[in-house]
Amino acid sequence: MSGHASHEEHSHGSVKSYVIGLILSLVLTIIPFGIVMTDAMGTSATVIIIVATAVAQLLVQLVLFMHMNTKADEGWNFMSFVFTVSILVLVIGGSVWIMFNLHQNMMIG
Amino acid sequence: MATDTLSNHQDHAHEHDHHDTAGTKIFGFWVYLMSDLVIFGSLFATYAVLLGGTAGGPTGADIFELDLILISTFMLLVSSFTYGMAVLAMNADQVDKVKKWLAITFLLGAGFIGIEIYEFQHLIHLGYGPDRSAFLSAFFTLVGTHGLHVFFGLVWIIVMLIQLQKKGLTDMTRPRIMCLSLFWHFLDIVWICVFSFVYLMGVL
Repeated sequence: MSGHASHEEHSHGSVKSYVIGLILSLVLTIIPFGIVMTDAMGTSATVIIIVATAVAQLLVQLVLFMHMNTKADEGWNFMSFVFTVSILVLVIGGSVWIMFNLHQNMMIG
Repeated sequence: MATDTLSNHQDHAHEHDHHDTAGTKIFGFWVYLMSDLVIFGSLFATYAVLLGGTAGGPTGADIFELDLILISTFMLLVSSFTYGMAVLAMNADQVDKVKKWLAITFLLGAGFIGIEIYEFQHLIHLGYGPDRSAFLSAFFTLVGTHGLHVFFGLVWIIVMLIQLQKKGLTDMTRPRIMCLSLFWHFLDIVWICVFSFVYLMGVL
């Protein structure tokens, strides 16, 4: 029974984990918005911070709100996610790479 | 003793079976969300490719209003939290609390959609509609597709409120609330990518 209870808590979270998730996501939103709206840093530093806070925020959502882990459903949840992310890397990375080269070589625009 | 063990065993088997059905539903919904993620991925790729195609029209820096976007972002983030509270209330079998948190989530989501509709109609009014340039077509498609998802999430919340009113928390409604939970958090995840890569990077 205790095993069941702890499983429940693990898969659906607790008030504490949701509050932590909310605070983290708000902080990770305020940081990039604040830097962009106040022009506090140079362009490349700002881009790095936007990407870093976005990735951190995605992890907060996935782990604390969606409760993704490597154990649920024998890892199939996680496996399908990893598969999707690799498709996304191919689609987005590939499109940008190819179109950037095409743009350079055809000297359009 | 023997019957006791047997019925106990059956109970257990039933519970296991029940858990599997709900688990399969939720996993199936997860796989749908993954395919939806690929749709958004291709829209992001399209946006990235067409970003420079402004055809003499405005760029992102000219038209994005970050303070509005910050408010709508807060609404969506907090609504993710309030939906989490609804799930916790469901686990504690408190149907009234589930309804209350779902209603709050609905209001926050509706506020988000309201701001997005205002932004879109404002842009179209200025003559910067999706027909102005390739950049604006890609922008409206990407952000509009997300907004459409939020709209259907709102419809789903209303349906769940009606079902909770009529059926209460049953084996049928619980997995649906869990699927809607995944859907709602998923929309948050897509929005994080939208505000980071479209709005924030757009005004740099």
